[in-house]
Amino acid sequence: MTHEIVMAGFGGQGVLLVGQLLAYAGMLEEKQVSWMPSYGPEMRGGTANCSVIISEEPIGAPIIAEPTAVVAMNLPSMDKFAPSIKTGGVLIINSSLISTEPNRKDLVIYKVPANEIANEIGNSKVANMVILGAVIAATDAVTVDGAIKAFQKKFASKPKMFTVNEQAIRRGMECVINAGK
Amino acid sequence: MAEKILMKGNEAIGEAAVVAGCRHYFGYPITPQSELIEYMAKRLPQVDGVFLQAESEVSAINMVYGAAGAGARVMTSSSSPGFSLKQEGISYIAGAELPCVLVNVQRGGPGLGSIQPGQADYFQATKGGGHGDYHNIVIAPNSVQELVDMTILSFDLADQYRNPVVLLADGAIGQMMEPVEFREVTAKNIEKPWASTGLHGRSETNVINSLFLKPDECEKHNKHLQEKYAVIEKNEVRYESIHVEDADLVLVAYGITSRIVFSAMEKARKEGMKVGLIRPISLWPFPYKPIEDASAHAKAFLTVEMSAGQMVEDVRLAVGRTKPVYFYGRTGGMIPNSAEIYDQIVTIMQAKGGK
Repeated sequence: MTHEIVMAGFGGQGVLLVGQLLAYAGMLEEKQVSWMPSYGPEMRGGTANCSVIISEEPIGAPIIAEPTAVVAMNLPSMDKFAPSIKTGGVLIINSSLISTEPNRKDLVIYKVPANEIANEIGNSKVANMVILGAVIAATDAVTVDGAIKAFQKKFASKPKMFTVNEQAIRRGMECVINAGK
Repeated sequence: MAEKILMKGNEAIGEAAVVAGCRHYFGYPITPQSELIEYMAKRLPQVDGVFLQAESEVSAINMVYGAAGAGARVMTSSSSPGFSLKQEGISYIAGAELPCVLVNVQRGGPGLGSIQPGQADYFQATKGGGHGDYHNIVIAPNSVQELVDMTILSFDLADQYRNPVVLLADGAIGQMMEPVEFREVTAKNIEKPWASTGLHGRSETNVINSLFLKPDECEKHNKHLQEKYAVIEKNEVRYESIHVEDADLVLVAYGITSRIVFSAMEKARKEGMKVGLIRPISLWPFPYKPIEDASAHAKAFLTVEMSAGQMVEDVRLAVGRTKPVYFYGRTGGMIPNSAEIYDQIVTIMQAKGGK
């Protein structure tokens, strides 16, 4: 299966990092991966998104026209990318910041209160890692062990961060599993 | 085997240059290649190299001229508008026959254009760009791994032929991340007895120069350059050919576009259409021969570029008038998707009855 995942939010929410960790985990699991950011004259608070492809086959175009899954960290991201998702695909929305109902009936939708969960854990910055956990549980694109290993490799110089981030990933997974995945 | 790492295209070019023995970099920042200059700023001091951010692109290319004249492995990089500024210096470097690697991470044009990926600098890169009869060797990778391998190759080709090599990338390859492997490199140690580094016991000085005031001497120099280009055209053509043997329709695309075209080709093959792909890797020298050979059995060609149609002129030169050569392009920083290319394939195949 080829996972074509778009992650979108506003600058500073950490969507580019989540995408990189997914790609990194895929690479560690011997899959073909690509990560492609949107880039432009943006500033903190502007929009940010990236496209991650994880596949068993060599990857052709690294650009995604019809995602198999979309993560929307805020409302403009949902408005922009929800219409492009493949029928039967996955939409994960950050329900801490999005109260509007998505208008697609042909998707598997997970509402994850990422900011609330992050605050419960005691670190508001790990909302993006909660979402990473949700993506893993919802898509099975990579394993949780792969994602945690990727995190530890990427942040090898900051071992103090491991526990809280792993906790966030696992809480995100639980959120999706409890929703009936 | 080295461990695979996930790396951004622009940074991968920088690390590959260091692996290839490049210790001198001069540049000026511009989107979408700024991560490369940033990487060199951090990396070169770690290996006792020289990183210098020049006050302009014009200045940077002339610093490259100087370092290359002293025999150093040297690189500069820019994106379309900045690369235009370097053209005078590139002509001088080509005239003085100096090796260097010049990276253009193309964006939409003309003018300041957009900062999104483009391929509209093909003419500039392959047909000269600056004044005078000269050629850059032009290499167009289509993945982050190829950026690494071909950056290293570019330094070798530059030294071997005493010629500037343009690594022609685009904003998409520069910005994307993919797994890369830095394989063990046996750096070719090419002697540079022509370099201007002091007499070392010789009595004649080495002069780095592109000025020949006497026209007969300038013509002689030109003939020598043309002879060199003929050798490069004979030895350094690189391309990839996929499913061309039985293809009714042959697609031609390079760089990031070739990957999007590949996806469209795969879909067409699944639908039973006989479609193949020729991907030029060296844009100069251009792979005319394999395209000409394919025209013996193919019914039509389709060139896809992120331009209004530049490489398609070389494809038409290769094919001649015997078979139709169609073109599909997006401009200004827009990237075609595989669905729109697939639609082009279907339209042509239906018209040709090639199924």
